[in-house]
Amino acid sequence: MLFYILRRLVWTAAVILAVLFVTFLVFFKLPNGNPALRFCGKSPTEQCIQLTTIRLHLNKPFYTEFGYFVKTFVTGDQDGWPGLGYSYGNYVSVRSEIIQRAPRTLWLIAGAAIIWLVGGVAIGVLSAVKRRTIVDRLAMSFALFGISAPVFWLGLMALYIVWKEMGLTGGTGYTPISQGIGHWFGHLILPWCVLALLYMAIYARLTRNNLLETLGEDYIRTARAKGLSERKVIFKHGLRASLTPIVTIFGLDTALLVGGAIITESVFNLQGLGWLAYNGAITQDLPTVLGVVICTASAVAVMNLVVDIVYAFLDPRVRYA
Amino acid sequence: MSSSSTLLDVRNLTVRFKTRDGVVQAVSDLSFALRRGETLGVVGESGSGKSVTSLAIMGLLNRGYTDVSGEIFFEGTDLLKLSNSELRKIRGNDVSMIFQDPFACLHPLYRVGDQIAEAVRAHSDVSKSAARNRAVELLGQVGIPNAASRARDYPHQYSGGMRQRAMIAMALVHNPDVLIADEPTTALDVTVQAQILELIDRVKREFDVGVILITHDLGVVAETATHVMVMYAGRAMEYGPAEEVFAAAQHPYAWGLLESMPTVEKRLDVLVPIEGSPPSLLRPPPGCPFHPRCKYRFEPCDSKLPTLVQMPGGHLDGCLLPAERKKELWRNRLAPELGLPA
Repeated sequence: MLFYILRRLVWTAAVILAVLFVTFLVFFKLPNGNPALRFCGKSPTEQCIQLTTIRLHLNKPFYTEFGYFVKTFVTGDQDGWPGLGYSYGNYVSVRSEIIQRAPRTLWLIAGAAIIWLVGGVAIGVLSAVKRRTIVDRLAMSFALFGISAPVFWLGLMALYIVWKEMGLTGGTGYTPISQGIGHWFGHLILPWCVLALLYMAIYARLTRNNLLETLGEDYIRTARAKGLSERKVIFKHGLRASLTPIVTIFGLDTALLVGGAIITESVFNLQGLGWLAYNGAITQDLPTVLGVVICTASAVAVMNLVVDIVYAFLDPRVRYA
Repeated sequence: MSSSSTLLDVRNLTVRFKTRDGVVQAVSDLSFALRRGETLGVVGESGSGKSVTSLAIMGLLNRGYTDVSGEIFFEGTDLLKLSNSELRKIRGNDVSMIFQDPFACLHPLYRVGDQIAEAVRAHSDVSKSAARNRAVELLGQVGIPNAASRARDYPHQYSGGMRQRAMIAMALVHNPDVLIADEPTTALDVTVQAQILELIDRVKREFDVGVILITHDLGVVAETATHVMVMYAGRAMEYGPAEEVFAAAQHPYAWGLLESMPTVEKRLDVLVPIEGSPPSLLRPPPGCPFHPRCKYRFEPCDSKLPTLVQMPGGHLDGCLLPAERKKELWRNRLAPELGLPA
């Protein structure tokens, strides 16, 4: 098992390197303006541009620049390890920028994930057990709504109704937990719910279908033939077997949000990692984009590993050597 | 309780499934009885209503889509009149069932011992460790070696035969009165089949139960059954003590089954298949359901539904052919062909 994890971690590093390389390639194929030009402000001097070009290695081919990037990443820079370089836009350390932004995104994901997992599975189970009744239809209509409603619209409607009209929650922006848990919660509850809704809808459908399929299995008939109560048949035997695929998807979904909750972060002005990546991309700020890409890729790789390990505990048929 | 007491008395059992295409007449007007120590072999092709009958006894048919009528008396109580929760107390406790595919019937994510212990705790208020001990004890009784350590295994670590043994152990935890075995050997290797049949027979004696053995394999029935019921299109065609049915089968369908049964002596090229296929139970043929495939059909067969009548030998038969003619056919054609004394 330990060897398996080590081997997987080595692979993870290789995958992240590959992702970075592709991102580099894409970036250099973009019809970008000269970063040095932007770096030097509104009235750039020739000297400044030349200096910046050299300092940022802009005069060298992209693979050389990639080599420099990997070198700083591995050995670290003035700010410590991992060295992610400095933003082309404002020469701020990308590492410190990410450390500042990451908690916002991580809190957003954590809260939303709990809501959508609990809510989605609960709705799915209810819907499967009450199959073809009005409860099932209502639940699936809700799921359809959740899947179809665009996040930006939902976010704005939620802000308008719950914050502006009813004044129940805090508004946009992020308040760190150190400034009071109430403020922190008040600013996050709406983004949580809005982000969770789409996933909740997907998970409700997924749970419903998985559970219905499982309830048709022969071992469920065995459980009934034992004389178990319907509650035990559904939860202990049915749900237990339907949850394993959901765990897999849950791991990946949360990981992808590390750099991917762009719309939610923008609507609620949370300025997390997704927002950072978005801004980096539109201003051709390569180091910032790369920093967030590393975060997302690592999150995906690590969550994949976690999912695989959890899977071995959930399903005795899976054993890693 | 005396060994001859009637455990199960099924009367006019009729099962109808409501589907989009119409009503499926899965089981029609079926009556039989089971006593302690007996093995009732229920034989028939796929779709003849064998499994549905057993699920009806267990109360495992979804009441939302199924109409079950008639009576199923278990020790004097009509199971069809019980509520779901009352039925639950009987399932796995007084009436147990094992199924066809032991690969699919055990939960893949729980240890075998725990699954059996769960069955123990479903009907008795004992501690987890006591239930586990009982599970180990039963696994040993059904012939699992090193039961204590094998109880901690998962189903995928068991062979097919061992899984079926575990299923039997699970069915026996509460010393049931009736054990229903729905094609228990179909999914197993031939060598293992014999062992499982032997085990069921041993269990029948040791636990003093009545066994309903559902199968499409006449050979299986011939080995272990005390009584035989031949089913076709949801109806009983012939029903009686095994030695009588085998020594003097009365129904052309039973003849067909006997003729198509391979034995060591009979080579494949002399096997006589029953031509055609079973009728759709959405629209069963009028009259005797077997008449479209029957070699001996005559004028009333397509209009008159035969009832089971007592034959001179003592067992029940549902064929319109006159008894004399059947005796003659058996003596002159079937018995020589099957190598049986006329």
